[in-house]
Amino acid sequence: MMRKRPVKAVDDMFHDRLVAGMDKIKARVRGPVKRFTEEHRPRSHGGRTSEEIFEEVECPMDGEGNQIMIRVSSLSKIFGKHPEEAIKMLEQGHTKAEIQNGTPNSVGLYDVSFDVMKGEIFVLMGLSGSGKSTLERCMNRLIEPTSGEVLIGGLDFTSLDEEDLRIVRREKMSMVFQNFGLLPHRDIKNNVAYGLEMQGLPEAERLERSKTAIDLVGLSGYENSMPSDLSGGMKQRVGLARALATDPDILFMDEAFSALDPLIRNDMQDELIKIQSELGKTIVFVTHDLDEALKLGDRIALMKDGRIVQIGRAEEILQNPADEYVSRFVREVDRTKILTAGLFMRRPRHLLYVTQGPRTALKIMEESDRNNMLVIDRRNHLVGMVESDDVLRAVQSRSESLSDIVIRDMPAVGPETPMSEVIQIMVTTYFPIPVVDENRVLLGVVSPSVAAETLSIGGDE
Amino acid sequence: MMASPIGRFAEDLVDVIEQYFGWLLTLFKDILSIPLEALGDLLSYLDPMLFIAILVGISVLLTRRLVLPLLIGAAFYLIYWMGYWNSAMVTLNMVLVATLVAVLIAVPLGIWAARSETANPVIKALMDFMQTMPAFVYLIPAVIFFGLGVVPGVVATVIFAMPPVVRLTNLGIRQVPVEMNEVADAFGSTGWQKLTKVQIPIAMPSIMAGINQCIMLSLSMVVIAAMIGGGGLGGDIVYALSRVDVALGFEAGLAVVLIAMTLDRLTQSFKNDT
Repeated sequence: MMRKRPVKAVDDMFHDRLVAGMDKIKARVRGPVKRFTEEHRPRSHGGRTSEEIFEEVECPMDGEGNQIMIRVSSLSKIFGKHPEEAIKMLEQGHTKAEIQNGTPNSVGLYDVSFDVMKGEIFVLMGLSGSGKSTLERCMNRLIEPTSGEVLIGGLDFTSLDEEDLRIVRREKMSMVFQNFGLLPHRDIKNNVAYGLEMQGLPEAERLERSKTAIDLVGLSGYENSMPSDLSGGMKQRVGLARALATDPDILFMDEAFSALDPLIRNDMQDELIKIQSELGKTIVFVTHDLDEALKLGDRIALMKDGRIVQIGRAEEILQNPADEYVSRFVREVDRTKILTAGLFMRRPRHLLYVTQGPRTALKIMEESDRNNMLVIDRRNHLVGMVESDDVLRAVQSRSESLSDIVIRDMPAVGPETPMSEVIQIMVTTYFPIPVVDENRVLLGVVSPSVAAETLSIGGDE
Repeated sequence: MMASPIGRFAEDLVDVIEQYFGWLLTLFKDILSIPLEALGDLLSYLDPMLFIAILVGISVLLTRRLVLPLLIGAAFYLIYWMGYWNSAMVTLNMVLVATLVAVLIAVPLGIWAARSETANPVIKALMDFMQTMPAFVYLIPAVIFFGLGVVPGVVATVIFAMPPVVRLTNLGIRQVPVEMNEVADAFGSTGWQKLTKVQIPIAMPSIMAGINQCIMLSLSMVVIAAMIGGGGLGGDIVYALSRVDVALGFEAGLAVVLIAMTLDRLTQSFKNDT
């Protein structure tokens, strides 16, 4: 054993006591000082509000009446000194490689058009260098596009001046970064509050909303930690909380989970799906990982050499690859692994809590026109299922809770269960199959209509 | 030996500045005299023991430790005991004021260099010039402009000690990861918010290293400044040199070393803090 050096020991003890004492004094002084500075803070909002900016525009709709949150039309980005020259060459049909070698320019994006619907997760996927990150950065103008348009909720975002651009960025959109992008000198609550600070909210409100966002991503208790104290997965939760704290309409996520190891990545994907089911943001998610794209994406755009090769739902892309490039990409995927309950499950629209009374249950079931419904407890564990006949009887016998009439012995599957097995269970039952994790926490349900789609894809092979 | 046209040009330039911008120089001298006199008065009127007590107190608050502040107190008591207190205070005054002025000029200059690709090479060349031009050379125009005394010494010190702050501020801000700048932009920060809330805090360790270097360089200038009447410990050393007095020279030199180590440890504790 090494003897502890006495001088150092005294010094360390002194250090700890002093720091504790100073923190106490700081805590006392901070309140009044903060209040004073908050009251005397210069308010410099001469600029417009986002309401004024969006006042005259109307959000376009697609054929089915969905709102188009982002419309990208013939967007191009040329890096280099003479973009016009490169555009002309592209119009004449030269390839990206020819321009790269023949001129001082390089092509980031060429003639990209697509719509992102309100409330969907839109995945941009491609190999590195395919232009997916460039495209995302052109959509929030971290990179200025060379030509083309981006409409945000109908507003011509590409022509906004600096001031208006800042306002729209502050209030309507936010971003999650590959390497988290946490400010190393701020603790977690103030990192999360960064966007709110830019919005000019007073400190008390900032911290309150920051707390809510931190709770949402499951990091309660870490408000005062520094980023360097957290693991990768936790850091990205902070990144996500920061992006959600301003309550934006649009979330840009750039390879957000790519720096995490596979298990954590999986957790984060589940977390994002859970949060998305609660908040329903419009999310543009960039990834190079097909599994991730299939898991998260409501629709997927596959990119190659600065152009979009194919856009569609996961099943469509798996079933009908547009060209050799896409089918090569898709072949990497083990289909039996992909066609799992986890991929096809949806959030159930209606749920009952086991603590609810039969009367409430009956009302909910009548309103949603259903004669059976899943029951969960307060911590989202699946308890079972109730049938409307039983509920009706319970109401008549003035029973207080659902727990007596719940059918606990019902089939449930895990997210990794192949769809083929799910379908086998489904033919013997008449209700949607719940998907639960190993702790019986309800993740979603697979409905018969969705299962039917699987059959058509499965029939391919 | 005759100077070439380059040397004569420099001479003419100095003449022109003296002739037509004399009022500006006087103004500059007056402005510089304000902190010099204020701090100088404070340091010279303060009882040495009281000063040491205050210094130890400040050190405790800065380092949050006990042993180092006590050693600092002992170091200053040693300076007092050797009989160099007044000289040490004069030197400390010059170093602190020179550092303050240097930082006030250098940090904005460094930020400018980091943000402008046009300014950067110009500032870089200027810094090379300032840092490598032998320090004695500044003394010539400094004496012409400001006469003998403390002010020209401080001016020469500022010029000599400024470059590391400019360089390290520039470097620190340029080394802020691209992603951090994107974070600032993506959440709608203004240029000023981006600078003050993202770039400067992230560059702070680098800037503090520059300030630390600046203090060390200022101290190394005290002897040179003493040659034009700066006084202080440098004056003692120059005197010792002229009399070939080993004892006096060593003691004054030791006092400079002790002040240097004190200031170094204190600024480093700042750096570790952030």
